[in-house]
Amino acid sequence: MRFTLNESTVSLDVAGTRRLLDVLREDLHVTGTKEGCGEGECGACSVLIDGEVVNSCLVAVGQVDGCSVVTVEGLALPDGKLSALQQAFIERGAAQCGICTPGMLLAAHALLQENPQPTADEVRVGLAGNLCRCTGYTKIIDAVLACRR
Amino acid sequence: MPQVAHLQPRDVADAVRLYRDTPDARLLAGGTDLMVMVHAGTVRPRALVDLWSLAELKGIRHVDGVVEIGAAESYTGIIGSALVAEHCPALVAASRTIGAAQIQNRGTLGGNLANASPAGDTLPVLLAADAVVVTDRRTIPIADFFWSYRKTALGSSEIIVAVRLPAAARGVRFRKVGTRAAQAISKVVIAVSREPARVALGSVAEVPLRARGAEAALARGDVGGAVAALAADIRPIDDVRSTADYRRVVAQNVLRDLLDGPSRR
Repeated sequence: MRFTLNESTVSLDVAGTRRLLDVLREDLHVTGTKEGCGEGECGACSVLIDGEVVNSCLVAVGQVDGCSVVTVEGLALPDGKLSALQQAFIERGAAQCGICTPGMLLAAHALLQENPQPTADEVRVGLAGNLCRCTGYTKIIDAVLACRR
Repeated sequence: MPQVAHLQPRDVADAVRLYRDTPDARLLAGGTDLMVMVHAGTVRPRALVDLWSLAELKGIRHVDGVVEIGAAESYTGIIGSALVAEHCPALVAASRTIGAAQIQNRGTLGGNLANASPAGDTLPVLLAADAVVVTDRRTIPIADFFWSYRKTALGSSEIIVAVRLPAAARGVRFRKVGTRAAQAISKVVIAVSREPARVALGSVAEVPLRARGAEAALARGDVGGAVAALAADIRPIDDVRSTADYRRVVAQNVLRDLLDGPSRR
């Protein structure tokens, strides 16, 4: 099977029913994507498939054959400069322990792509599938609001 | 975990063939339930027949006054559909309460039906709307679909293709009671219709069910009687999410509110 991962083409020979999360981390060694609950509750493993945010623990890797997958490694600009959203997370103190951060960034990125000027309530709804065990939600929401265009 | 084959049918007919001819196969759509079970080992299929990308199972259409939603259409598709918003706003409301963006982007109506969880949030809406389940070989009225705990009317190798919502679906109203607005599995979920009189609930029995006693009273215009009768219609239990007592009281309060109270979402 073949798919696009952060704008590079990946070819793999793996069982199509393995979790996308495991193939990213264990086969491709792209470890920015974290496993939290493994049940679709926490959003730590969020990635984008064709621009839509999904939990990679619930996706069979065979289902992304021919798709475009973006992980947190794909958010920075090609020259390595962080995206405005990543920079805002740093500047606003939106990361504490960090395990929710990649998923938060991808959910927020998807939200801003679809709705460039979300209200605080719309940000809360957009990030409702991402849990932060440090409960640092206020700073995370501030960071997303700072990136309204 | 032994290797599980990923089977990719060309179309529905091919999927039915693969599902019939492969021992211990399960159907995969968005994976929001099945992938958890397979990974945890609570189900051990030898193959997954992947329906997710079949074009025949996608899309939302209007045919002769009936809205037909493809079985593998995502909740995000339903939420964004002007047709569903116009024809069955309660289904949009129910779809918005399912998980959050990640789950809504993958979860499907066909999956909610086939999985037949008593807590499936869209199922009371479908019951109150007199929806019809379309499979590869027949149509099944939703009232005949749920048989017992997670057992449905689906035969072996039968695949859900679409769900049809008749015109009366417009009058259905919906409420979910859970721990928080997002991600919560419901403590009580309820959908009602005045005309025809329908009262349907989830998370209060081993199946999503119609409250026949409450419906009989409602058909006579007796709201107080419907609320009283509801207590005998439901069979709630104590579990990790709530208690039987709480569920009974809340189900009655919410029913009264939906029938009498101010108009809400």
